Amino acid sequence: MQTPAPFEYERASSVDGAIASLQEHGAEARLIAGGHSLLPMMKLRLATPAFLIDINDLDELSYIEEDTAEVRIGALTRHAELLESDLLAGHFPVFRDAEQVIADPVVRNRGTIGGSLCQADAAEDLSAVCAALKANVVIKGLDGERTVNMDGFYIGPFTTAVGADEILTEIRLPLRQGAGSAHEKVERRAGDFAIAAVSAAVWLQGGTIADAGIALGALGPTTIMATRAEELLRGKAPSEELFAQAGEIAKEDCSPLPDGRGPVDYKRHLASVLTARALRRATARALHQEAN
Amino acid sequence: MEVTITINGEQVSRDVEPRQLLVHFIRETVGLTGTHWGCDTSNCGACVVLMDGLPIKSCTTLAAMCVGHEIRTVESLERSGNLDPVQLGFHEKHGLHCGFCTPGMLMTARALLDHTPNPTEQEIRTAISGQICRCTGYQNIVSAIRWAAEHEAATRQEA
Repeated sequence: MQTPAPFEYERASSVDGAIASLQEHGAEARLIAGGHSLLPMMKLRLATPAFLIDINDLDELSYIEEDTAEVRIGALTRHAELLESDLLAGHFPVFRDAEQVIADPVVRNRGTIGGSLCQADAAEDLSAVCAALKANVVIKGLDGERTVNMDGFYIGPFTTAVGADEILTEIRLPLRQGAGSAHEKVERRAGDFAIAAVSAAVWLQGGTIADAGIALGALGPTTIMATRAEELLRGKAPSEELFAQAGEIAKEDCSPLPDGRGPVDYKRHLASVLTARALRRATARALHQEAN
Repeated sequence: MEVTITINGEQVSRDVEPRQLLVHFIRETVGLTGTHWGCDTSNCGACVVLMDGLPIKSCTTLAAMCVGHEIRTVESLERSGNLDPVQLGFHEKHGLHCGFCTPGMLMTARALLDHTPNPTEQEIRTAISGQICRCTGYQNIVSAIRWAAEHEAATRQEA
């Protein structure tokens, strides 16, 4: 039987209360939301927090809202809600692509976007999605809020910019003209980690790619931004040849490790193919040539 | 810690360790052994129960996290001697062999039909994609859930 090591448990009734509790219990405390990453790690003693702060009652962190400049997602919003959101699918179809292949439907009833990002597993799909969309995340602590972009969010494997006494509260997705986005993933079976995954976003302006975002999942120690490939795309007209070139750059710039899911050359091959595919679909969507 | 959880409509209070998982609370502390405990890693789905009407994996949920929520287990499906349509479907279509995955499959099927009364084969296969059956090859489970959907539709028309 796998059971976590003993810990004390507390239920937070407000964001400020959760932060105060984190402050009080220091590095021994962890927040728990869906628990589908943390509890398995606790069963394996990869995580042994002495104090768990349950934030599942914080309804104020569960929402998907839109204003003129951005879409804002509360950190406690569950995968199932992200999958079902027509607002999200309309602006950022990459979300529905990814949510259909994240874990399985039962797990998606519990897991949250905030938990996924804070777990910072390189194979986690939403990390790639948010990185490609150039999201900003809001981190709250005792001294107030700060906003961090996805470039600065991942410090290393399983490590983020969120401090020990801070909480990720919101994900902000900028609304920009001419947007299209897509997620491509290869996995062995439903619920498994990706062998490789790529999220891509393009922003078209007058027939050329004004900006692009490409993020690679399960292809290195953290989610990787394919910045050289993004630079190649900027200012150019979209074409199959261009997508293939971007794929070749992604193949060079990723750093996968061999494991039971495949050898390095196979994963690099996937980086190339999935990058081109994601760019193709993202562009078709930006041009309204494919239904969301 | 003292927890009070509504299980199958009844309030159950017990003194448990915060680390107790919901599946062990249901099986060992409360004694409802219909819910099965399989892989321990949220992969197999034998432990699926409903929390506020949605299927969840009870091996990856703390009992403490369920305070204030309604849990439904497989024992709640049969009412006054009448089997639930999903149970009848598994009987009619031979949706089980060894039966180990069945409690989880039944609860996911129940939640699916509650939200999607007339699911397509693909919707059924997606709904049970987080659950493993090593006997049936899934075909009979899919048929059983379809049977239950049709049976419920027919019953609604009669009513």
